[in-house]
Amino acid sequence: MGQTIIEKILSSHSNSQVYANDLVVAEVDFIMGQDGTSPLTIKAFQEMGGGKIFDPGKVIFVIDHNAPSPNEGVSALHKLMRDFARQKEIYTCDVGEGVCHQLVPETGAVGPGSLVIGADSHTCTYGALNAFSTGVGSTDLAAALISGRMWFKAPDTLKIVCHGELPPGVFSKDLVLYLTGQITADGATYLSVEYTGQAISALSQEARFTISNMAVEMGAKAGLIAADEKTLSWLSDYTDKKYQPVEPDPDARYFRIEEYDMSKLEPYVAKPHTVDNVCPVGEVSDTVIHQVVIGTCTNGRLEDLRIAAGILKGRKCNKDVRLIVVPASRKIMLDAIKEGIAKTLIESGAAFVTPGCGPCVGTHNGVPSDGEVVISTANRNFKGRMGNSKAFIYLASPATAAASAITGRITDPREFL
Amino acid sequence: MFFEGNAHKFGNDINTDYIISGKYKFKTLDMVELASHVMEDLDSDFSSKVSPGDFIVAGTNFGCGSSREQAPLVVKYAKISAVLAKSFARIFYRNAINTGLPVVECDTDLISEGDVLEVDLSQGFVKNKSSGVSIPIKPLPGVMIKILNDGGLSAHFKKYGGFNFE
Repeated sequence: MGQTIIEKILSSHSNSQVYANDLVVAEVDFIMGQDGTSPLTIKAFQEMGGGKIFDPGKVIFVIDHNAPSPNEGVSALHKLMRDFARQKEIYTCDVGEGVCHQLVPETGAVGPGSLVIGADSHTCTYGALNAFSTGVGSTDLAAALISGRMWFKAPDTLKIVCHGELPPGVFSKDLVLYLTGQITADGATYLSVEYTGQAISALSQEARFTISNMAVEMGAKAGLIAADEKTLSWLSDYTDKKYQPVEPDPDARYFRIEEYDMSKLEPYVAKPHTVDNVCPVGEVSDTVIHQVVIGTCTNGRLEDLRIAAGILKGRKCNKDVRLIVVPASRKIMLDAIKEGIAKTLIESGAAFVTPGCGPCVGTHNGVPSDGEVVISTANRNFKGRMGNSKAFIYLASPATAAASAITGRITDPREFL
Repeated sequence: MFFEGNAHKFGNDINTDYIISGKYKFKTLDMVELASHVMEDLDSDFSSKVSPGDFIVAGTNFGCGSSREQAPLVVKYAKISAVLAKSFARIFYRNAINTGLPVVECDTDLISEGDVLEVDLSQGFVKNKSSGVSIPIKPLPGVMIKILNDGGLSAHFKKYGGFNFE
C-alpha cells in the first residue's frame, strides 16, 4: 500500500513500514529549544535524571522570544539556558541572531526527509523543506535530548491542492489565511497536511515557509510540501549535504482531499481574535490602524521585506501609525542593508528592532495600548497576544501591512502596485 | 483517579495565550505565581473563583496555539483537577499528559457553569450530579494512560531510562 510523505519519513526513522494511526518511536534528526520553553526543558531533563545529551551536534538552542532581555526575570532564565548549553555543549544562537524558525533552516541541517522536533508550535515551518517537523512541549523535548527519540501516533493526511497561480498583489500569506478560514482553526487537528498544486509550485521557497509555518493554526501536526529544484537550490546556499526528496506514492491513502482555485484569490486578512476569522481585505478597508508589524517567523524573510520596501519606497508612513520591522535573522538584516531595503524602510518611518520574535509574543518591542488596532504579518491574533487583551490584531501579508502603514487604515496593496 | 468539584465553563478555541499570557510566562518558572494569572484575559478573577479540585470545562480545540508547557502546569497549580472539553489541540493534549494533568474528551454541552461533577478516569465516566446525567468519555490512547499512570513523562523516563511502552 502506498504511503504519504509523513508515513515515509516516520518509516525511515523507525525501521518499519508505518501507516496512519500506527504508534511509532522514531529517531530524531534535529532538536530545537527556544527561551520560552528551554528553561522548563532543563528542569524536566534534570527530573528525568538526564546526564548526557544523546548527540549535542543535533541540538540547537535559540534565544529569540525575549531578545535582548527586557527584565531581570527573563535574564535569569536566559542565564540558566546559557549555562546548561555550555555544560552540555549545545550550540546556542544568542540575542540578535534571529527567530528559531529562520535559523534552523539556515543551519542546513534540516531538509527533505528530516525528522525534527522543536519546543515551539511553529516548528512545522520546515515542512516547506519537505521535512517532518513538529512542535512539542518542554518535557517531550527533554525526553528527546536524552534518548534521541520521540513517540508519535502516525497521523492521517489532509491533501490540499491549490490550482492556478496567485494574481499580482496576492501572496502566500493571503493563500494561507484563506486556507485557514476554509479548513478552520481545528479542522486539521492531529492531521498532517500536504500542500500541492500549481499555486504552491509557482511560489518561491521563502514564500512556501509562510504556508507551512501556519499549518498549526489549523491544528495540524505538520504542513508538508514536496521538494523541487527551488527547495534544493535554496538549501545549497546553506549546506553541501545532499538530501533525497520524499514524494507521496501515487496510491497513498489520504484522509481527505480538498481542492481550491487560487487564480482569483484576493488579498486576505484575519480579523480579531482568531486566525480563521478571515475575509478579503476590501471588507475591512475602512478600519483605522495604529501600529504595523512586518516580520516574525511567518513573514520576516528577505523577500517579505523587499515586497514591503517596494510599496514604501519614496513614501512615508502615516503620521498616526508606528511601523515596526523585525527581520527574521541577522543574515536577512544584513542582506536587507546590502540591498538598500533597510534604508528604504527606515526612510519611510520604520522602527527596526533586533532580529527575533519581536512584538509577536507580547513581551516587548511594541505592546499596543487599550483599544488600539494593529496589522501584523505574524501568525496569531489571539486577544492579548501582543501583550494587551484590549487591543485588536489583524493578520495580513507584508504588502497589505506596508500599504496600510501608508494610509493609516487597512488597505488593499494593489492600490500601490 | 477520581475527582469531584464544580464546573467552570469556557467556550471554543481557548488558546494557550488565554490560559497563561506570554507577558507573564517568560519571566519565571514559579508556577504558583503564574497560576494566579490563569485565564486572566478571559476572566480577571478566575484564579480566585477556583476551589481545589474544580474542573475547567470547554468546547472544541482547547489549548490551541503555542507549545508552552506552562499552560497545563498553571492549570494544575491553580488546583484544577482535570480539563473536560469536546476536543483538544494536540500539543496541549501531549503536554497535559506529560505533566500529569488529566484531560477528558466528552460532550461538554451536557455541563453548565457551576454544575457539580464527579470524574472517574479509571471507570471512564463523568457524572453531572447537578443534572443527574452520566456522560461517556473518549478513552485515552494506551501510551498516554501508561505515561499518566507513571506520573508524567519525567517520572516515566526516570523509572525506565527511556520510552517503555511494552
